[in-house]
Amino acid sequence: MSSAAPAEISAAAEDQNSIGAILRARWDAIKSGDVGSLPVIIGIIAITLFFTSKSSIFFSAVNFQNLIGQMAGVTVIAVGVVFVLLIGEIDLSIGYVSGIAGVTVAYFQQAGTGHHYPGLVALGLAISVGLLIGLIQGSVVAFIGVPSFVVTLAGLLVSQGLILQILGTQGVIGIQDKQINDISNYVLTKNTGWIVAIVLTAGLAAAAFGSYFSRLRAGLPTGNLILTVVRVAFFGGLAFAAVYVCNKAQPRPGLPLVGLIFVFIVVLGGYVASRTTFGRHVYAVGGSAEAARRSGINVKLIRILVFMISGAMAAMGGVILASRLNGIDLTAGGGSLLLDSISAAVIGGVSLFGGRGRVSGALFGGLIIGMIANGIDIVGYSDAIKFVTTGVILLAAVTLDTVLRRRQAAAGR
Amino acid sequence: MNATPTPILELRGVSKSFGSVQALQSVDFEVRAGEVMALVGDNGAGKSTLIKCVAGINSIDDGQILFDGKPVTIHGPKDAAKLGIEVVYQDLALADNLDVVQNMFLGREIHDPLFRLREAPMEQRTSETLKSLSVTTIRSVRQPVATLSGGQRQSVAVARAVLWNNRVVFLDEPTAALGVAQTRQVLDLVKRLAEQGLAVVLVSHNLVDVFEVATRITVLRLGRDVGVYERSKTNEQEIVEAITFGAPTPEETEVVA
Repeated sequence: MSSAAPAEISAAAEDQNSIGAILRARWDAIKSGDVGSLPVIIGIIAITLFFTSKSSIFFSAVNFQNLIGQMAGVTVIAVGVVFVLLIGEIDLSIGYVSGIAGVTVAYFQQAGTGHHYPGLVALGLAISVGLLIGLIQGSVVAFIGVPSFVVTLAGLLVSQGLILQILGTQGVIGIQDKQINDISNYVLTKNTGWIVAIVLTAGLAAAAFGSYFSRLRAGLPTGNLILTVVRVAFFGGLAFAAVYVCNKAQPRPGLPLVGLIFVFIVVLGGYVASRTTFGRHVYAVGGSAEAARRSGINVKLIRILVFMISGAMAAMGGVILASRLNGIDLTAGGGSLLLDSISAAVIGGVSLFGGRGRVSGALFGGLIIGMIANGIDIVGYSDAIKFVTTGVILLAAVTLDTVLRRRQAAAGR
Repeated sequence: MNATPTPILELRGVSKSFGSVQALQSVDFEVRAGEVMALVGDNGAGKSTLIKCVAGINSIDDGQILFDGKPVTIHGPKDAAKLGIEVVYQDLALADNLDVVQNMFLGREIHDPLFRLREAPMEQRTSETLKSLSVTTIRSVRQPVATLSGGQRQSVAVARAVLWNNRVVFLDEPTAALGVAQTRQVLDLVKRLAEQGLAVVLVSHNLVDVFEVATRITVLRLGRDVGVYERSKTNEQEIVEAITFGAPTPEETEVVA
């Protein structure tokens, strides 16, 4: 690689915007271990084909609408997990932190008590609790240097204890507040759904072409215009298809509000991670904390902020789950929620070793986890099958990451 | 080499101890614009400590650091960066997962008031800087540093120092892990840095490299400076003796004014 003659380089530079050159570069990248979202897309297609062949309900409009609601909580929590994994840490407290947030939101909307607030205020309080827990855990990790595995394991136990303590006597709090219940249960009208698709596609196009033309003006390699158009058309098409399918769903046609919420969170998280200085520093800390420190990045601050993001995302996910059940009980935040959320991020291509992966991986991983759970319920397999399947896919994802990492390193030196 | 008479960076009687270990003892050191000053010495001679003091990672116990002839205090890496002192460490201090542009601008990204990154100018300036240093083997400035060879990585680390218009660059063992061709690449780069008017400090064990690029050579031994040698007026044997036994014949060494 280092022995390439200058003549080859200038020749390559001239036509590097052609489709052929881009595809060839992409293929080279895949061979050297940078596979992007390829395995995830293959996985989604395979799972769809499998369950569609087993049950006619799986590939139906109403089940698609249902899947959006099912995957929302895990996907939002997984966005926080992505940030934590990117700096090379782990957060095991997210499950029960989401439970605490659910308890908080339920507690502060109880009518006829001294702590009855509007739904959105209760939501704000729940997220604040998540931020606070993240601040505490992040500070212990950053300032004292206790491994995050232990800090957040302690956080998991404390959070579980708090849930039992608060719910102890009654064991359950119902949610009557309309604003909170709407988070997971409201469906947009058909026309609002179309407007959402239009706005999403327009935003996508603005971002893609804005970047294309600013690079063109600066005289930098732009990528291929046709491929840019194809990419915008593909993702815009997905948005329209999703709205179309949801509008077909009976008995309550329309795009679920919660779908809009998690797509918004994923897009926002992706923007922060890839387009802001903060996001760049997150990747740097995950790649080499020492290099980041020597470059003048405040590594401690980044770590704390990332754990706060994780706490806030767990809290938001917890509120979504509580809203979906119209209440909260002693099992809040338990079960497979923690491992599903971490699995979603890892299956979505985020490296456990830090510094590699994208926020959109949370969406893909959340989708795969959701599809497996959904499909297995529909086909009527037992929970045993669900756990084994999820476990095998998780192991496959991590194995793939490990192998690719080694391959990428070998391609360098 | 058009070395100006006043040194850009000068250390006078600098001492530093860690507990009972005297790492630097009244050390004098200087480097001028446009010259390559080699800093040599055996393990434990105090080279790393000296770098860390100048880089702001360690504070000095005693003595003075002068920049452009004026006394300065360096309390942290930011102070050093503000003065225009860049240290390229042995282990490179690059983040493997980030691409060349991202590494070049790490911690000093160009952004708008909302902290949104402005990629286009960063990519432009990276390409320009690499070109000005004749670093031509890097195929794309958007490839992750993990995919680069050792020499290319070193080039990126050095180019980062140039990008920021630094005036003094410390290179800590830049050729230690490199093969023959890559060592050549990096030594050429070192010469080009000096030609661009930077003051370059080359810390190295490899006297062949040192004699190839250095203008002058400072020898440290057990935390003291043995002396400064003009490359044209010395030879490898004399330097080796200075490194191992201290200055054998004081009249041959040129004492820093």
